[in-house]
Amino acid sequence: MSEKNLLEMKGIGKTYFGTQVLKDINLGVKPGEIHGIVGENGAGKSTLMNILFGMSVIHSTGGYDGEILIDGQNVEIFSPLEAMELGIGMVHQEFMLLPSYTITENIKLNREELKPNVFSRLFGQNIKSLDFSSMNAQARRALDKLSISIEEYVTVAGLPVGYMQFTEIAREIDKSNLKLIVFDEPTAVLAESEASSLLEAMKSIAQQGIAILFITHRLDEVVEICHNITVLRDGQHVATKGRKATDVYELAELMVGRKVEKMTRQKKQVKKKESLLQIENLIVHMPGEEVKGVDLEVFQGEILGIGGLAGQGKVGIANGVMGLYPSKGKVLIGGELLKLNNPRVSMSKKLAYVSEDRRGVGLLMDSSLEMNIVINAIQNQNRFILKFGPFSLLNSRSIREHALKMIKELDIRCTGPAQVVKHLSGGNQQKVCIARALTMNPGILFVSEPTRGIDVGAKRLVLETLVQLNEEMGMTIIMTSSELGELRSITDRIAIVTGGKIAGILKPDDSDVDFGLLMSGQKSRKGA
Amino acid sequence: MKKFITDSFSSFGLARVIILGFFVFLCVMAVVLRLNISELLTSSLVRIGMWGVLVLAMLPAIVSGIGPNFGVSLGIVCGLVGGLTALEMAFRISHVTEFSGGVLFFIAILISLPFALLTGVSYGWLLNRVKGSEMMIATYVGFSIVSIMKIAWLFLPYASPEMAWPIGRGVRVQISLANRGVTRVLNNFLSFNIGDIVVPTGLFIFFALCCLLMWIFLRSRTGVAMYAAGDNPRFSEAAGINVNRSRIIGTTISTVLGAIGILVYAQSYGFLQLYEGPMFMPFVAVAAILIGGASVRKATITHVIIGTALFLGIQVVAIPVANAFTSDWSSMGEISRKIIQNGVILYALTQAGGD
Repeated sequence: MSEKNLLEMKGIGKTYFGTQVLKDINLGVKPGEIHGIVGENGAGKSTLMNILFGMSVIHSTGGYDGEILIDGQNVEIFSPLEAMELGIGMVHQEFMLLPSYTITENIKLNREELKPNVFSRLFGQNIKSLDFSSMNAQARRALDKLSISIEEYVTVAGLPVGYMQFTEIAREIDKSNLKLIVFDEPTAVLAESEASSLLEAMKSIAQQGIAILFITHRLDEVVEICHNITVLRDGQHVATKGRKATDVYELAELMVGRKVEKMTRQKKQVKKKESLLQIENLIVHMPGEEVKGVDLEVFQGEILGIGGLAGQGKVGIANGVMGLYPSKGKVLIGGELLKLNNPRVSMSKKLAYVSEDRRGVGLLMDSSLEMNIVINAIQNQNRFILKFGPFSLLNSRSIREHALKMIKELDIRCTGPAQVVKHLSGGNQQKVCIARALTMNPGILFVSEPTRGIDVGAKRLVLETLVQLNEEMGMTIIMTSSELGELRSITDRIAIVTGGKIAGILKPDDSDVDFGLLMSGQKSRKGA
Repeated sequence: MKKFITDSFSSFGLARVIILGFFVFLCVMAVVLRLNISELLTSSLVRIGMWGVLVLAMLPAIVSGIGPNFGVSLGIVCGLVGGLTALEMAFRISHVTEFSGGVLFFIAILISLPFALLTGVSYGWLLNRVKGSEMMIATYVGFSIVSIMKIAWLFLPYASPEMAWPIGRGVRVQISLANRGVTRVLNNFLSFNIGDIVVPTGLFIFFALCCLLMWIFLRSRTGVAMYAAGDNPRFSEAAGINVNRSRIIGTTISTVLGAIGILVYAQSYGFLQLYEGPMFMPFVAVAAILIGGASVRKATITHVIIGTALFLGIQVVAIPVANAFTSDWSSMGEISRKIIQNGVILYALTQAGGD
């Protein structure tokens, strides 16, 4: 492969609203090359692909830096359509198929073969008939290239996901000008056998001279089929390695590795470990974050971190225990069995929850700060109200007092307790959520993605608040986060969730390699 | 300064600015045309008072998240049944015959309550099964109940001569309340004059009382839960609030207020209107609260009061102003009312998505 690069991206950078999300990315792909791109969530993989496809989100936020060359020609891509015309295809993570159409129809949609008929001779192009036999033949040819035996005339609805995936791929390779095809996490939804036949198909596509960009977090797959591998981390280009020059361990370390900023925490005297919460075979049906049988033990007074990549089910655990999504399994609190699927029961057992979805689940956006803080206590503990027989009335004075206390303790920056929460900044909104959870006087606090969507300074404050609660009030905290660095900075132990199960539990100062391996679904070298 | 004007403009809402402008225009015209202003004001006050409770019925529905209650006809029908039954009792039971109009009015409300509660709960149950398309379902439920009741009015065993058809069976289209002294009992209670303007004090006291009770309810534990359920159902589930129950409570209160509202309306109007009568009443109430500044997702008591005053004020003034131009335009007032009513509903529906 001494030919020149088909695609070259030079010094690509991207800034969203003043935040640098990509910086100086260089990438070269030759015809017939399979090039892997690996990185954690938020490493910049999707942004890079959005730039390549000219997505409007890039151009509406000020474009990008650097240049893209295709066949040595400098190009600027302003829409996905232009990308397609340049011969770039994409296999999406979510299928873009019409279920009630046949495979052929899906493959040829909007690129149909036409043949003239009586009416088209009279009235023009638009009413030509579809040439199904030639379309079927072409679809067949595309499917054969992937060595897929399925008939081209079946409808897509009801096909196994693997076949849907192949239909998507067939649609791309059927395009006659295709030079480069991007696979975005194609194996995420596939069973193991399907995944391995997909990898075979990718190899055979590459042998036909088409370049492939393979985005994934499954490192074993990358090492198996890629010729070259680029690692991104925090928007930076960390390394590009040839397959022979690297292995899974090195990639894992490159992917995760970062300077861990340890927060100043007093070393806790390691007391006798007392089990507080036991989770046995918990199954949670949370769309996009399915939990498929988690076993976990939480000790009194610790901060337990739950990490893992997006979509692997880490967020589902807290939602399941709190009764927000249908779940099955056994949860014991202090040895007592918890009735699942009922938020009221969970709250009555002194569990409190700060949701990962601050705007959707976490806050009443149009209500006042004080109402957001006390509403759970009003509804579940009959506090902050005056009782008159069967009737009740808000006790505005005690609500105000409590809100002021919380504002002071958590340092919530606001104009006053009556301010509407939608006018607060993200970090302060997060503190309101924490204040509501604290108002319930919880024994165990679940916090999910506490720093998502808030700026750096506020992140630190929120994390410090959690540490403070843990140290000063002895509160047991279970923190779920996609940011490994953040988990490693404040937790005592970190459980990594992969494929809906606990892949292993690590200490914050374990090596980057171990974290990287667990997160990408490999067994740790230690055997976890 | 310019920014201030545009800001206050947008916070007030373009639709309301236009409607307020139209109202001012009508009032100016009324003065220019030398119409009898005190008469117009008197009848505006009466109209506002008689519709107030029906418009208030929209509030719990919107707050609990089912949107403007186009199906308030259910409550209206319950109120009518209460009214008819009270009149029938006055005819058949000698004790009741001696009761004054005011007592009879409250007996009518008492009788309608169990019907309204029962209907409201089952209607709320229905609406919980059609989340997302409550407004359409409510509209058709409203139309259906009016049609069903058209048959029912023919078969219900009311025999009092003031309501039964002289020949055949069933009840009449309009039933006068004058014989039993119910007509204007509220309006006339403590009523006084300012110049030529008559203030229907009792009517306003009753409306104010309803508003006050609603205000207190919204500050109770149940009321707060209902507000949260309507504002953000997912938040509420997480806060341990039973969202479906809250919606049923909201629907039921709305239905009960519909029943009370129609009785207030009827005592002022002097007649119980059956058959087609309740068909389009919900639309007036919906338009009024929307004009007041409510959206299909958010409403306050202020919206109820402003909306009732504005919309029903327009109704009263528009007709004589239009008539003053030419007698051929006599239906102009009614037409402009329809245009505003349906236009405002349409506008609010298009705004439903965003804030």
